[in-house]
Amino acid sequence: MHMSAGWMGETDDRHGGSRQRLSAGLFALVRGSAFLALAIAGLALLAVLVLVPGLAVLGVVAMVGLPPAHGLVLALALWAGDVLVVRYGVIVALLWTRRLAKLTRRLSEEWLGLPILESYLKAPDHDVARLSVGRLRWMMSDPATRRDLLWMVTNASFGWILAMVPVILASAGLIGCVGYAIVGVSHAARPLERITLVVLGVALTALALWSAPLLLQAYGGLARTMLGPREDPELAQRVRHLAQTRAETIDASAAEIRRIERDLHDGAQARLVAMGMALGAAEDLLDTDPEATRKLLVEARQASSKALAELRALVSGVLPPVLADRGLVDAVRALALDSVPRVVVTAEPIGRLPAPVESAAYFAVSELLANVTKHAEARQAWIEIRYRQEMLAICVTDDGRGGADPGRGTGMRGIERRLAAFDGVLALSSPPGGPTVVQLEIPCES
Amino acid sequence: MRIVIAEDLFLLRDGLTRMLEAHGLEIGAAVDNGDDLVAAVTADPPDLAIVDIRLPPSFTDEGLRAALAARKQVPGLPILVLSQYVEQLYARELLADGTGGIGYLLKDRVFDSDQFVEAIRRVAAGGTAMDPEVIARLLARNTDNDAVSALSPREREVLGLMAEGRSNAAIGQQLVITERAVAKHTASIFLRLGLQPSEDDNRRVLAVLAYLGS
Repeated sequence: MHMSAGWMGETDDRHGGSRQRLSAGLFALVRGSAFLALAIAGLALLAVLVLVPGLAVLGVVAMVGLPPAHGLVLALALWAGDVLVVRYGVIVALLWTRRLAKLTRRLSEEWLGLPILESYLKAPDHDVARLSVGRLRWMMSDPATRRDLLWMVTNASFGWILAMVPVILASAGLIGCVGYAIVGVSHAARPLERITLVVLGVALTALALWSAPLLLQAYGGLARTMLGPREDPELAQRVRHLAQTRAETIDASAAEIRRIERDLHDGAQARLVAMGMALGAAEDLLDTDPEATRKLLVEARQASSKALAELRALVSGVLPPVLADRGLVDAVRALALDSVPRVVVTAEPIGRLPAPVESAAYFAVSELLANVTKHAEARQAWIEIRYRQEMLAICVTDDGRGGADPGRGTGMRGIERRLAAFDGVLALSSPPGGPTVVQLEIPCES
Repeated sequence: MRIVIAEDLFLLRDGLTRMLEAHGLEIGAAVDNGDDLVAAVTADPPDLAIVDIRLPPSFTDEGLRAALAARKQVPGLPILVLSQYVEQLYARELLADGTGGIGYLLKDRVFDSDQFVEAIRRVAAGGTAMDPEVIARLLARNTDNDAVSALSPREREVLGLMAEGRSNAAIGQQLVITERAVAKHTASIFLRLGLQPSEDDNRRVLAVLAYLGS
């Protein structure tokens, strides 16, 4: 029973397979015809787009050859023609071009399983009433519109053949051969001819059904290449850059979180444990040994002071208080006040920037000042902070010995990595003998 | 002595109130934001206001701004600013008017209630109380200053305590030396740093702070 069921299933599959192929072929034929209809519609639109302005030009040429009175009437007629026919004709044709392209994209996805992405420019906020010059300008300035038109031309000139071939084959096979064999050759006595015609007709039809899905896929591929968004090498480069900086940023912040966790674990948490132990011991000794209790209490207090000091250091390493309170300029001023080489800070009041930008800029300056202190043997440094046209520019100069090498040490690399996440850049000039000038630029869209 | 406290965390406000009352100080008002502080000190000026630097609604330097506003309303009002961290930038802003009666301490200093109350009395009397941390950073910044590094270790200790705002008597007590010895040290320090000696404690502090901060 089981065996026979399996066997039955297999036959069903086999039958189902050929039936499926047959229906796929028939569907492809029908769909191919639909695409053909779209190609013809596209051709009509192209004709409108070419003929309407052409007629207008012809009108102007005709007007030149007429007497003045007629010329005036004709000029008025032309003006009306321009407004009604040329402008609106072209706009309407373009609108329909876009509709047709959208329909092609939709059908390609639904029928052929080939999704085609749209990449039209976003409509400007103003002046795009359905039939306006603003709309015409917007549509014509869109490269996607030009690609739509190019597709119409290609489709109307030879693209349609891909969709058409199976239809022709099937028609030739069914009507030309089989039909002729049955109706047309009915008087002829030779059955061999008839059989040959029928066989040829069936073969042609089978070929049509077999090739229709393949050719339709090829047609879809062509549509996808022409109607899909254009590959942009610059964009691809940008995507690679973003992916890399994003990965680096994620790594860096993960490392930062690990560091904070370790600092808390080894620092404040350990101190609190020590404090709790000292307090517990003090509680036990309270009645019997007041002197030892006092010592333990002092210990506990000291542990709490140290825990606080460590937490303070941790917090200022993550988000310095002045940066949180006042923003970048005052935070840099506070940094300058703690620096051993004297630092002059020049800044315009720039208000608050996005917090991540403030933080990146602050830590970059902090690192640069640390470099000045450690390596430059400088007596004086200058920091200039400017904000123009959504660009934060910081310049750090010192009167030290120069010769700073951006390749050596991880400091500069770290700053660059921090800035790269914001598309920020760093430029270093440090001739031997100084001065060293470091310039940072971070774009910040608010 | 009557004190107004501005601290938004109930635990700290309450603890501070109890500690100060235990030391015989009167708490005139205990508020939790800057506006109430300004209102309270304007309505009935206290002998001193203790202000947490971070207050609602912005939780940034609201307390500092409220303190400076309160001082504008009540000129010369002694103010002690408390904070989880100390910044020279804020110390400078507090000292900017040069009239004294300013304290700027880490919250940890509350742990040592005797010293803390001593600082309160000093500020209320028109003196200065700068956190040792501020002074330590000022001194660290002057490591390449020849005049400062030429001081003896003891003199540097005295300089630090002087910068915190302590009187000769208090410095002597801290270092377990006589007041006369302290006076000798301070005279020597002023000479080496090229500062004009001053009998007035407050002017002396400001001169030292200005020298170290320049």
